[in-house]
Amino acid sequence: MAQAAKMPARRVSLLLATRKGLWQLHGDPARRSWRVAGPQFLGHIVHHCIADPRDAKTMLAAARTGHLGPTIFRSSDRGRSWHEAKQPPAFTEGSARVVDHTFWLTPGHASEPGVWYGGTSPQGLFRSEDGGATWRGVTGFNEHPQRKAWCGGDQDGTPDGPKLHSILIDPRDARHMYIGMSSGGVFESTDGGADWRPLNRGVKADFLPQPDPEYGHDPHCVRLHPMQPDRLYQQNHCGIYRLDRPAERWEDIGAAMPKSVGPIGLPMVVHPRDPDTVWVFPMDGTSVWPRVSPGGKPAVYRSVNAGKTWQRQATGLPKLQAWLTVKRQAMTADAGAPVGVYFGTTSGEVWASRDEGRTWKCLATHLPEIYSVETM
Amino acid sequence: MHVLVPGPLRSYTNDAAKVSADGATLAEVVGDLELRYPGIRFRIIDEQGSIRQHIKLFVNGVQARDLSPRLAGNDEVMIVCALTGG
Repeated sequence: MAQAAKMPARRVSLLLATRKGLWQLHGDPARRSWRVAGPQFLGHIVHHCIADPRDAKTMLAAARTGHLGPTIFRSSDRGRSWHEAKQPPAFTEGSARVVDHTFWLTPGHASEPGVWYGGTSPQGLFRSEDGGATWRGVTGFNEHPQRKAWCGGDQDGTPDGPKLHSILIDPRDARHMYIGMSSGGVFESTDGGADWRPLNRGVKADFLPQPDPEYGHDPHCVRLHPMQPDRLYQQNHCGIYRLDRPAERWEDIGAAMPKSVGPIGLPMVVHPRDPDTVWVFPMDGTSVWPRVSPGGKPAVYRSVNAGKTWQRQATGLPKLQAWLTVKRQAMTADAGAPVGVYFGTTSGEVWASRDEGRTWKCLATHLPEIYSVETM
Repeated sequence: MHVLVPGPLRSYTNDAAKVSADGATLAEVVGDLELRYPGIRFRIIDEQGSIRQHIKLFVNGVQARDLSPRLAGNDEVMIVCALTGG
């Protein structure tokens, strides 16, 4: 793992999408001192906000309000000004399906500037070819003859609606994509989204009657390693998994987590350079699923050997009576050396580590419920 | 005719609480609003043509369940953001 340099390559800013708007945290070059900026879109439910790594100035935010329908806001000046999409993601008229909100945004392949993908609730896949101004459904998924079977009904989703998330583009091939669905599972396309197939072998779905179903799983967060794109990780409703393509069967790497903590959580983060290093934020998935830090003792767990073993990283985090929940998009890493790791909580706190998780510091409190944290 | 616009939609109407729109039906009035204030329709009407869950439309004080009611030139349309919160 590269740790020679002491500074990140550039200043890091965090984009904090919350239930009540968008905030940013701007770090100094050493990532010691942080300044809170915002809010923007105060009162809007912002599910995701992410910057385009291809041009370093475009940002997209997926928003709705309690009353109003879903939309996308676009910025081409790093968030100073925003414009609404002319044609936000919407299902085809006559399909009887209605987008409740756009949940996930992914910039397209480096060879396709201006292309973005969006995942919605209920599960739909959308594509923009003009930087997010207009969106069209990916018919190969939205109208796939198996889509209904894959997605199940409304009762099969997460509490605030079933979601399509974790849209992953293979950096070697713009036509090779993965998606995750809660519920539904992980699916792969090798033809730019024209056709899809389930990729869930080896993943438990202990809430379903059959022991090894082809689909119907609940991946919470799926990540592809940018330097080794054949390596996938997922934090699932039923554990933590790794898949090394071209293999088809996921390997259970959550079994090595301490039994008192368990392998359940929502987010998963990969090291930007080392494919063997990942972080998770466990939550209590026992009994009625409290979805808070097990025992009220929050901790990040890191593996440096692709999930063979896990180390607890809790120095600086509260030691007791801290019932934190970190949503699936609310944990991320920067590209610094050593890597900075960040997470936001449903109780409105932002925590950071500038030493790959060894020590933690609280950067902000009293923000609204945090839905996503992305670096810029 | 006049259309009364609630606070959450006034970012589309330059903060105007009352605007004008034309049409022989509620659907046409909403369509005319979209021409005058691009983006406003999708925030209140979904892609299947239904009034969104927390939006209510009133014509002369009577709630419209869909966009079919016929309108006359002096009718008043009121857009209401219904109860939601937390």
